Amino acid sequence: MKPPRRKLIIENRSRLFDIDWSALWEYRELLYVLVWRDIKVRYKQTAIGVAWVVLQPLIAMLLFTAIFGYLAKMPSDGVWYPVFVLSALLPWTYFAQAITRAGESVVVNGRLVGKIYFPRLLLPLAMIVTPLVDFVLSMVLLFGLLIYAGIPLTWKVSTLPAFILLAMLTALGLSLFTSAMNVKYRDVGHAIPFVIQIWMFASPIVYPVSLVPEQWRWLYGLNPMAGVIEGFRWALLGRTAPDPVVMAESIVVLFVVLIAGTVYFRKMERQFADIL
Amino acid sequence: MSDIAVRVEALSKQYRIGARGKSSGTLRDDIVSNLKSLFGRNSHGAGSSNAGSAVSVEPAGATNTFWALKDVSFEVKQGEVLGIIGRNGAGKSTLLKMLSRITQPTRGRIEIDGRVAALLEVGTGFHGELTGRENIYLNGTILGMRGTEVTRKFDEIVAFAEVEQFIDTPVKHYSSGMYLRLAFAVAAHLEPEILIVDEVLAVGDAAFQKKCLGKMEGVAKEGRTIFFVSHNMPAVTRLCERVICLDEGKLSRDGTAHDVVKAYLHSELGTMSMREWSDPDKAPGGEVARLRAVRVRAEDGESTEKIDIRRKVGLEMEYEVLKSGYKLRPAVCLYNEEGVRLFDSLEHDPAWRGRLRPPGRYRSTAWIPGNYLAEGTMFVNVGVDTLDPEVEQFYERQAVAFYVIDSCEGDSARGDYAGPFAGVVRPLLNWNTVFNPDGI
Repeated sequence: MKPPRRKLIIENRSRLFDIDWSALWEYRELLYVLVWRDIKVRYKQTAIGVAWVVLQPLIAMLLFTAIFGYLAKMPSDGVWYPVFVLSALLPWTYFAQAITRAGESVVVNGRLVGKIYFPRLLLPLAMIVTPLVDFVLSMVLLFGLLIYAGIPLTWKVSTLPAFILLAMLTALGLSLFTSAMNVKYRDVGHAIPFVIQIWMFASPIVYPVSLVPEQWRWLYGLNPMAGVIEGFRWALLGRTAPDPVVMAESIVVLFVVLIAGTVYFRKMERQFADIL
Repeated sequence: MSDIAVRVEALSKQYRIGARGKSSGTLRDDIVSNLKSLFGRNSHGAGSSNAGSAVSVEPAGATNTFWALKDVSFEVKQGEVLGIIGRNGAGKSTLLKMLSRITQPTRGRIEIDGRVAALLEVGTGFHGELTGRENIYLNGTILGMRGTEVTRKFDEIVAFAEVEQFIDTPVKHYSSGMYLRLAFAVAAHLEPEILIVDEVLAVGDAAFQKKCLGKMEGVAKEGRTIFFVSHNMPAVTRLCERVICLDEGKLSRDGTAHDVVKAYLHSELGTMSMREWSDPDKAPGGEVARLRAVRVRAEDGESTEKIDIRRKVGLEMEYEVLKSGYKLRPAVCLYNEEGVRLFDSLEHDPAWRGRLRPPGRYRSTAWIPGNYLAEGTMFVNVGVDTLDPEVEQFYERQAVAFYVIDSCEGDSARGDYAGPFAGVVRPLLNWNTVFNPDGI
């Protein structure tokens, strides 16, 4: 089976927002292969392999519980602190990983970009997908903990994918900026880990949103991860419904970032091979 | 369906000088220049895309752009095998990168009719930690094959690469030969309608190069359109009917392979047996040494391109040492017209070997004895490395060429035999035949 024949025109293209959907579809196998390569390579030559996926959030949870739960007596909306913090840590870890890896995806694959044509969008896209595997595996830990704590699962759990999608799209939107910008300004690569650290404390991970004063909520909601984490806690722990202002804002911000990111990426994409 | 596979129209590519290097374009610089352009006219015309003819009007010194390719137009028919030649920096790679959609043209356009696969490097995307089997799938998909297609051709690929036993070993444990064979094997089994190949054959040992060339010939015979870029003139003439030659970003010649290659080898410097770089800035070289001239000398010292098979021939290079305190190792390397590397030879003049050389001009000549080379065209690569650590100062491929001619006067290795004579060398050996009618 040969793909349908079509005449290809190559010229200096400068439309603002055009994604070649058919090319993305045509190269779907490459997306799969990029994801597969990344997963395969990452745990080769590690002694405990995939156990890292569970170990990292587990240790972070213990640490945060000790410092913020036990020492600082941080309120947690009446939820057992380890569950409270882990339910936020997992989507956050996913997000942080996705941002970090997608941000360097184009630079890391510079050789590929310089030698082969494929829709460049696949690079950040693949790195948004790979940490999902880790995320799903680490969810086992969370569900185990929920059962241990005797917190019943309700229908709300079925809304989790929506919040994961929110996290994915946020990470994608942002990575479209950072990965493209990183090609030209390597400063971005240095800044990302640092920004993530700050961002973590700007997100309701070790503390509940209810701690944020009412009049500042709208500002707080500009952080889409606040919405994602709120959603997670609601779906799993079922105490307080997510703040509608925070949720709505998160979604608006998400779409703005996603669209602007795509435009920026497409604009910069044309120079990738020339700069790398 | 038209029989034109690729139509290139007024294709041009402009680069900003320094834009390719990593040092330029820091965030700070760009912020500063963006601010400048906000508050007034600055010299860097920000919009290169709509600059049009304005580029050439800019005052000298303000322009920091150059055209890697300028107004190149040509058409290639379905099934045609087109060779692209030219010196380093002539725009060959830029052309290929645009044909394969890796980079966009600044102006002009390309129309392509058919599925394209570009092979600008063997083993793109190979990962050392993955096994041979995994890399075949990985690389195949990256080059544009479907998973099912790879599965179908898997055994064929493995057999071609001759790595059956090691197919489940991570490729980092492969020898470099095995690695290259596997990488080429995947690429060789692509089935595009249009194949773009860049210098891939410059790797591997002679036997493997021959295998690759054979495979390429097979592909060409199947009626696919091929773009073949190479410095390997013998390979170009063997594979291509038609050749275009690029010179400083422009299309300088277009014609039959034989004519264009010959003209190319004779171009610029009058004769192909001598090349001189009068402008030191354009001469190939590194920080320590720079090539200034390469000549083929006959026994009598004349620079010539025709060498009598019985006479010795001198391969001479003139170079400049720019810094003191370095040990140099000049070398020559000889290829025949089939692309077989006959030999490498390192300078071993006892006066200089292992000694530090003061700056200045040097002339090193390697003498090949008479009655040693076979008949035909010989291509000479010359290079100089500095030692401890080893750094390549220059390596000029096919710097010069010469013909070895046998005038058949009876005193060469041919004797009075005039038929076809095989072999990559043709030494005149000492023969000794003993006759004893009663048995030895």
